Amino acid sequence: MNLTRRSLLSILVSATLVLPLVGHSAYASQKHVAITQIVEHPALDAVHNGVKDELAAQGYTEGKNLKLSFESAQGAPSTAAQIAKKFAGEQPDVVVGIATPSAQALASSARGIPLVFSAVTDPVGARLVKSMDNANGGYITGVSDLSPIDSHMALVKTIVPQATRLGVIYNPGEANSATLVDLVKKFAPAHGMTVVEAGSPRSSDVLAAARSLVGKVDAIYVPTDNTVVSAFEAVVKVAAQADIPVIAADTDTVKRGAIAAQGFNYYDLGRQTGKMVVAILNGKNVGDIQPEGVDKTELYVNPEAAKTMGITLSEDFINSAKQIVKTMTNAERKAAAEQEK
Amino acid sequence: MSMIAALGALESGLVFALVAFGVFLSFRVLEFPDLTVDGSFPLGAAVSAIMIVSGVNPWIATLAAFSAGMCAGTVTAYLNTKLGILNLLASILTMIALYSINLRIMGKPNVALLGDVTVLTPTETWGMPYYMATPLAFAIVVLIVFLVMLKFLNSQPGLAMRATGANARMARAQGINTDRMIILGMAVSNGLVALAGSLFAQSQGSADITMGVGVIVIGLASVIGGEAIIHPKTLLLALLACVVGSILYRFAIALALNADFIGLKAQDLNLVTAILVTLAIVAPQLKAKFNNRRSRSSN
Repeated sequence: MNLTRRSLLSILVSATLVLPLVGHSAYASQKHVAITQIVEHPALDAVHNGVKDELAAQGYTEGKNLKLSFESAQGAPSTAAQIAKKFAGEQPDVVVGIATPSAQALASSARGIPLVFSAVTDPVGARLVKSMDNANGGYITGVSDLSPIDSHMALVKTIVPQATRLGVIYNPGEANSATLVDLVKKFAPAHGMTVVEAGSPRSSDVLAAARSLVGKVDAIYVPTDNTVVSAFEAVVKVAAQADIPVIAADTDTVKRGAIAAQGFNYYDLGRQTGKMVVAILNGKNVGDIQPEGVDKTELYVNPEAAKTMGITLSEDFINSAKQIVKTMTNAERKAAAEQEK
Repeated sequence: MSMIAALGALESGLVFALVAFGVFLSFRVLEFPDLTVDGSFPLGAAVSAIMIVSGVNPWIATLAAFSAGMCAGTVTAYLNTKLGILNLLASILTMIALYSINLRIMGKPNVALLGDVTVLTPTETWGMPYYMATPLAFAIVVLIVFLVMLKFLNSQPGLAMRATGANARMARAQGINTDRMIILGMAVSNGLVALAGSLFAQSQGSADITMGVGVIVIGLASVIGGEAIIHPKTLLLALLACVVGSILYRFAIALALNADFIGLKAQDLNLVTAILVTLAIVAPQLKAKFNNRRSRSSN
């Protein structure tokens, strides 16, 4: 080993071992909440913000009586594992895992620390909890983002009563979507519909997937699939050309040209998660808290989009909506988001 | 940095040392730029996870993962040697095919292993916390693989494989079947990567379709970074460099995660990796320049 190499090594080692010690100066009276999410994504960021806002609303102010840590794994499960280990070493009062891989990493690497998961579609399938129906004991609870598929199927039938073939576009590589599509296949027959699947592994494949459904389906349903939702305009374009009505799962997508959605928003899901975190900080035993599903859905309707897809909506239906929206361009949506802030 | 975080970095470093061995074998020994590993890592995870969930003995499941990885490597090598497809392209073809195959194997994008009996379950009886037992178990695995590889690469077939990478024409002139050597080397390389994927899934509690993203970069960074710190004069040192490089890479990530006070966050990881690898490559050159100047001035 020569001089340069040795100095490089010693810098690395000393930096890793010594420098981080400087950072630890938390007050004993502070509560510590550590949040991690698998990747930066508008929906997951909204959950994260919801949790933070709920903590603030219930009197936990960051820097005063609350220490808040946050790490994103940048999409890499191996980094998620190391983040979980980092949190395990810090022994926070509550850890929050947003999306399935991050929650699983915390469950295996930060054992014993109260864990609240959020935006996990199938917590039972992900082995986080044994059941959604009652409190599980143990140290894990949380909020699932499973869409109410049965009511979505009913919504499709309300808008397109004559529909017998339902197309579903999704990415077969997304754990959440796989669960949702299984449920669609389970509930659609009860509403008199058969399911035609169109897989789209990349957002650049969404257009081709939508085209593959033309002539084969009477309506298209788009679940809360990250890949498809990110290229949703492609679905709208094909649907308008072929007069196929598109019904979505989340409300944001209605502003982008879906006819309607009986959905929830991820910010509210974050607030719901935050309530659980606060309960634990206030002394409630995590094992006594029952895991929850989405507790608030709203109907969004876009009558203008319905027209372009050859559908006329009844006045009653439009009036039953919580929000009536118009298709917005990207620039308009950005402006609206700015205004909300 | 807390002890759990440091041991966690060591644990990940040891798992990815197996990836580094695999990349060393393809990239350094055979001179074969192999991207198959991005697919064989999750392949190993998928095969062992689905078998464990269906009740198969975890040791057999882990062995099956290794074999599946060997098959993947064989396919890449076959595409290259027998069908004459450019090596990089052959590995990319296998990699993208494996994405679909992995989904087929698992039947869904994420298979959870939390609470199942895995090869790591016996470590719970070792009388130490899980965050110490797991790295220790992985250290034993890495040591075994290290010794086997050292033995193999110094044996007759091992020397033939090294000759194939160093100078294929010369090797053929000596009567070595270079095609067979490439197939064997690629099979073992991807077998090791799949083994790493299997162990990672079992320690992590789930196999996920996205697990393979960037594995090749991590492997390369480990090999190159290790070589910058330990000059690979002999085979022993070269293999040691893989382990050291892999562990240092994980400590660099831990540093990024724990360095809130200088504003570094997990999202800066890719930048840290790039800087680290660049430093590792440039350091020996700087040293050479520095030495030259010194020897000149002393003349």
